[in-house]
Order: sequence, then C-alpha cells, then structure tokens
Amino acid sequence: MTSPATRKVRILLWVPLIAFVAFVGLVASGLLKPTANVTLVSKLVGKPLPEFALPPGVAGQPGLTAADFRAGKPRLLNIFASWCVPCAAEAPVLKQLADAGVEIDAVAIRDRPEDIARFLGRWGNPYARIGSDVDSSIQFALGSSGVPETFVIDGKGVIRHQHIGDIRAENVPEILAALKDAER
Amino acid sequence: MIAEAGLAALWLAAALALLQLLLGIVALRGEREDWMRALRPVAMVQAALVALSFGLLILLFLRTDLTVLLVVENSHVAKPWLYKFAGTWGNHEGSMLLWVMVLAVSGGAVALFERQLAERTLVATLAAQAAIGLGFYAFLLFASNPFARVSPAPAEGNGLNPLLQDPGLAFHPPTLYFGYVGLSVAFSFAVGALVTRDVGPAFARAMRPWVLGAWVFLTLGITAGSYWAYYELGWGGWWFWDPVENASLMPWLAATALLHSVTVVATRDGLRAWTVMLAVVAFSMSMVGTFLVRSGILTSVHSFAVDPTRGSFILALLAIYIGGALALFALRVGTVREGSRFDIVSREGALVLNNLLLSAILGIVLIGTLYPLAVEATTGEALSVGAPYFNAATSPIALLLMAAMGAGPLLRWRRDDWRSLARRMAAPAAVLVLALGAVLVAAPGIGIFPLLGLVFAAGVGVASVAPLWKRNLRRTPLFTWGMVIAHLGVSVSVVGMACESAFTRETLVAAAIGETQTVGPFKVRFDGVMPIAGPNWTAIEGTLTVSRGDGTPWVMRPQARMFSSPPTETNEAAIKTLFDGQVYTVLGRQTEGGDRWQLRLWWKPMVTLIWLGGAMIGLGGLLALIGRLARGRRHSPSGDGAAGVLA
Repeated sequence: MTSPATRKVRILLWVPLIAFVAFVGLVASGLLKPTANVTLVSKLVGKPLPEFALPPGVAGQPGLTAADFRAGKPRLLNIFASWCVPCAAEAPVLKQLADAGVEIDAVAIRDRPEDIARFLGRWGNPYARIGSDVDSSIQFALGSSGVPETFVIDGKGVIRHQHIGDIRAENVPEILAALKDAER
Repeated sequence: MIAEAGLAALWLAAALALLQLLLGIVALRGEREDWMRALRPVAMVQAALVALSFGLLILLFLRTDLTVLLVVENSHVAKPWLYKFAGTWGNHEGSMLLWVMVLAVSGGAVALFERQLAERTLVATLAAQAAIGLGFYAFLLFASNPFARVSPAPAEGNGLNPLLQDPGLAFHPPTLYFGYVGLSVAFSFAVGALVTRDVGPAFARAMRPWVLGAWVFLTLGITAGSYWAYYELGWGGWWFWDPVENASLMPWLAATALLHSVTVVATRDGLRAWTVMLAVVAFSMSMVGTFLVRSGILTSVHSFAVDPTRGSFILALLAIYIGGALALFALRVGTVREGSRFDIVSREGALVLNNLLLSAILGIVLIGTLYPLAVEATTGEALSVGAPYFNAATSPIALLLMAAMGAGPLLRWRRDDWRSLARRMAAPAAVLVLALGAVLVAAPGIGIFPLLGLVFAAGVGVASVAPLWKRNLRRTPLFTWGMVIAHLGVSVSVVGMACESAFTRETLVAAAIGETQTVGPFKVRFDGVMPIAGPNWTAIEGTLTVSRGDGTPWVMRPQARMFSSPPTETNEAAIKTLFDGQVYTVLGRQTEGGDRWQLRLWWKPMVTLIWLGGAMIGLGGLLALIGRLARGRRHSPSGDGAAGVLA
C-alpha cells in the first residue's frame, strides 16, 4: 500500500527521536559516572623532566637545572611567584615539609629578585634552589597551568606526582606518600 | 506561616495541574463539551496559585526570614532590598519556582486569551501544558523545595554571590525565563495539534503571537545578559560561548526559525510538519538548556550547584516530554497533509533557506556545547570547546543568513523570478560594493569576517529598509514596521560585532600612580587609589583621568570590590560611553611591593551597537506582536486569510 518513497519519509520522521535518545544516553552516562575532581594533570607525569637551566631567582641562592634532580634522592619542585596569594598561604606548609627533611626546589614565575627576596623574608624560605622563569616557558614545558603547583621528582629526574594549587596541611600525607613512592 | 502557605499553594497548583490533564484527556476522549469548558478556569486558577506561591517566596526574601533554608543560604540581613528581591531567583530552588510559575502563567494566559484555536486543539494544548507542569511541580516539591525550614535559625544568612548583586540581574533571569518557558506554549500547541491532527493556517495564526511574545522576551533577555556579562564580569567580552549562554541561544535560534516558518503555514499553508517540529524543538532546547545549567553537567563560568540527583530528575522529565513529543511527531505527522507547494525563488523559498541556515547554526552550537561531554564519556578526557570553533563555524553561515534576510522580504509569495529580484537588490548591492571599498581603504589589514560583516551589514541594512520604499508609511502595517526594524537591528548589531572584533585596542599594564598610558586614541592617567565602602562591601577605587588626544578629560573610577558575605572579590569595570564606542577600564590587583596596580584598558569602537541592535530586534518583535494582535482582534473570531501577510 505505502510506496517505498513514503516509507522512507516515515523512517526519517523517527530520526529526531533517535538523536534525542542518543543525547539522553550520553548525558545519563555523564551523570551516573562518579564525579572525580576534574583537574588538568600534566601529560609529563611518569616522564623525565624536560631539560632546563634557570638563573638564580634571588641573590645568594643557586639557580636550578634539570640535572639537579638526578642526584638520587626524591625532591619537590614547587612552582610559585611572589605575586601569588595562595603561594603565601602555602608557605608555612612548605616550611613544615622542609623542616621534616624534604628537599624543595622552586621555580619562580614572572618575578623579580627583590620581590622574591621580600616574599621569602616575609613568609619563610623552604627552598634549596630557586630558578627564575621570567616568561613561564619552563612552567609550560612542565605542563603546569598555574601557580602554585608542586611536582614530586624521583632521584632519576622523573616526574612522579603533580599537586595543583596550594598544598594545605591536609595534603601533607599525600605529598609524603608520593615522595616515599618515588624512592622505589 | 508564610513558607507553609507558599508550599500549600504549590501543592494545590500541582493538584490542579493533574486535574487539568485528566479533565483534558477525558473530555477529548468522550467529546464532552461541558468538561472542555471547565479546563480554562482550572488553568487560570493554577496560574494564580503558583504566582501566589512565588510572591510569598519573594516576601520571605524581603523579610530575610532566617528560618527558611533557602533564605539562609542565599540572602543576608545586610543586603540592599533590591538584591534581597532578586535573590529570590538567584538560586536553584527559587529559579525553578520562577520557571514553573512562568509555565503556569503562560498556560493561564492561553486559557484566558486564546480565541482563535479550535476548541478541541485548545483542550489538548492545555492538557499538554498541564502535563509539563506536573513533572516540574514534582521536581520542586520532591527534589527542590524552596520553602524548607531550618532549625535552629542562624543569626545571619550566607549572602548572594556578589557577581549577582547587580541591578541588571534583578531582571535578566525573569526576562529570559519568560522567553524560555513561554516557548512551552508553542510546544503544547504543537502537541495539541498533533493529537487532534489539526495543523493549518488557523492553528499557525493562533500560535504566532505566543511565539512572537516568547521570542521578544528571549531576545531582550539574551541582549541584556550579554551586556551584563560585559560590564559585570570585567573581562571586556560580550559573548563567551559559555554553555549557559549557548543554553539561551539555542532556544532563540529555534524560536527565530519557528517565527519565520509559522508565517509560511499561516500565509501559504506550507511547511506544516517542519513547523510542528520546530515548535517541539524550540521548547525542548529550553528544557535541555535548563537541564545542562541546573545539573552542573557542563562546567561553566555560571557555576551553579552541582547536584546529580536533581540532574537525573530533570533528565527523566526531559526524556518523558521531549521523547514523548518526538514519538508523537513521528507517529502522527505522517497523517498531517503537507501544505501547498511553492517555487524556490519565492518568499517561502527564502524562509526555507532562513530555516535551514538557522538550524545549521543551532546544530553547530549544540554539537559544540555537547562535544566535551561526548569526549569525556568516551575517552575520559576533559576538554572545552572554545570561542574559535564557534566563531569559525557559525560566522560563514550567519553571513549567508544575513544575505537571505536581505533578499527574503523583497520576494513575492509563491513564485518570483531572479530578474526582478536582481532589480530590487540593485541598490543594496551597490551599497555593499561601496562599503567594501570604503572599509578596505579605511582599514586595509582587516580580517575577513569583520570585513564581510561590515560589508553585509551595510548592504543588508539597506535591503531591510527597502520594503518601505515607495510605500505610504502611515498605512504600512505595524508588523511590517516590526520586520523592518528587527532586520535592521540585525545589521546594526553585526556592525557592532565586526568593529568590536576588528578595531578593539587593549592595554594591560602594571601602572604606577601618576603614570599615563595610551589605549587606542586615548590617554589614561592613573591618579591614585582610595578605599571606599558600600552597604555590604569594601573596595579599592582607582581614579583615572582619560582624554581623547587633547580633548576635555573625564574621570573614570574602576573598583576592585571585596564582599564580606560570602568573602569574594569582584572587579567593577568603569565604562565611559562615547558616541562612537566605549572606554572600558578595570582595576586589578596591587602588585607585590605595593607601588603598582594592574590596569586593563580597552577602547571598543562601536561596541554599543551590539546591544542597540539587540534591542531593535526585540522592539521589532514587539511591534509585530502588537500589529498581529490588533489585526487578529479585528478579524476574530473567524480569523480569515487577510491576517496572513508576512511580518
């Protein structure tokens, strides 16, 4: 009774519904999935540090090179800036880590030596070395998207863990565990 | 007591919605005319009850009743009254109540005013409206009760997000909601007409004013929202292709297409199935938008609370309503006779082109909005689709759409020929070529899209006014004026967009006090900063002395505000509107060390035209609506063919 042409039209009429069902399926899968904290994890985690050599960020302290991280012992690489408020909030926790024997190096982003010196004078200096990254090029090479960020680097110079944002007191066990992990 | 009364009114309204649905079904099945007559009053009372409920919630906010959880979470004693008022809908529960209220009021308005629609289709329409209402009442009452009490009552509330403490926000969401949810009427009309198999010119003429009304609200809401984001967020942009913005743009695109296709049904009885489809799609986009925004499934600058339970609830409602309507469409529309045929070169042809292009843009925006979701679902990777995709994908289509918009009103219905179209398009085409020359001389390095935007805007602007050519302007119908003004508004807006994108100058500096910066043709001297205090905030206010060349200087005072509850910082841009654009200044942070301040300075030539154009589009829609209603009144109740001239 119905010609092939009209049958084709009939089938076409169901296309919107099918597309909509696909949409519902997609969204439902998105809703039901447990919501993890969406953060942009650097692609470099698990890979060696990119090569870099940064000049000292502040007078009286050495600069920073990628080779410094290949001395056999895990270290923290903290990315900070004197103009960054969460970095100041993070400073006491870093100090606490440093006092516990953790070795911390830093990359100062878009900063000036006198500002860094003022910052360290005010909030304490937990760093062994500070490299100055005036144009954020090393920051981006590390796959970091903001300040502060902290990387756990093992004794061979491989990035083992990335912490985005300021390290708070409650994050300390996580950082220590990552350091312990990096020793293996 | 107030909270309990509000909740009771809401429950009663829900019960009436159920009654309205059942009554509609029974009346249609049994062909009971007396029962059909009962439907209108039920719909009106339902609307009145929800309006009462919403009014009571406003009262709770105005009195800062801290025994109500919603007030505690979103208001504060120290807040100015306007923001207490606006705070009613500046949160999830309140905005959903507003949503439901607009839905019920739209249904009530149909019951009160609609006289053109066949009685059986009206009954089916009101039943459909009640069915939508029921789901959202259930959502409010079971998953988002705005009247929940808190015990013990705290001494102070949390306050409203400071970004939302702005006069513009008091009226932006309600305007948008009237547009969003007003489209529910078109949806219900379509469902009603599918149920009674009654799609034709009379149906289209009855639906048109409702579509126009919702569309005007949407247009104004989006325009206002764009301006609000522009001056309040302090980023200097006017459109961010943010998921929440897209959520409002998609129904607008569908409604714009519907507005034009419904005219084809009304005038020429063509495009019936397509028009019904668009009516379903337009409101579906509103619901999808509400869902995307409210479920928190898409991350956005409009960060609303993320709540998977609520998201699942709305998704279920969506699946029922949209899925049901699309299934009904597939089953029934085959039995709706397709209307009369027409030539490609004709008014109908141009309107079909308009519809196809608008649908293409809608598809692009929809895909861009959902793409991150799809990628995350399949690969687990988080990404976002940025403005470059949207701009690159939509701009060429938008330009084609402008061309169709210029040509459409100059075409005759049913059939026309290329030669006479070419003759009528001669003047606009000449202006277009002149504009091309002028822009290339004045700004040789201009990008391709701003160039085409300016050139098309000039040509299409002239074409838009052409329908008035050699006409007796006093006898030109109001809806023709509406069309001309709305189409001209598009051109005006596009000029603003093109200039903003091509000629904006930006300066970002860490400025010391006393220094002078330049941005475009302006000199900006940074005179100093001063702390000031507002009702519930403190701020650092910068003083800038700005002059164009050696002209008379004026003072601008951008602020960096610190709100006390909740503790948040915002940047209040200082904007100076000149006849040819705006100077936009933002005071940022003090640099470490204290002697310098971040300053962002913009010169945005012609940027105001973007919103002026938007307002013109809305005004055009309003004139067309008034014209239609006046004409409809004269011709009702029979509603004969004379009303069907295109707006």
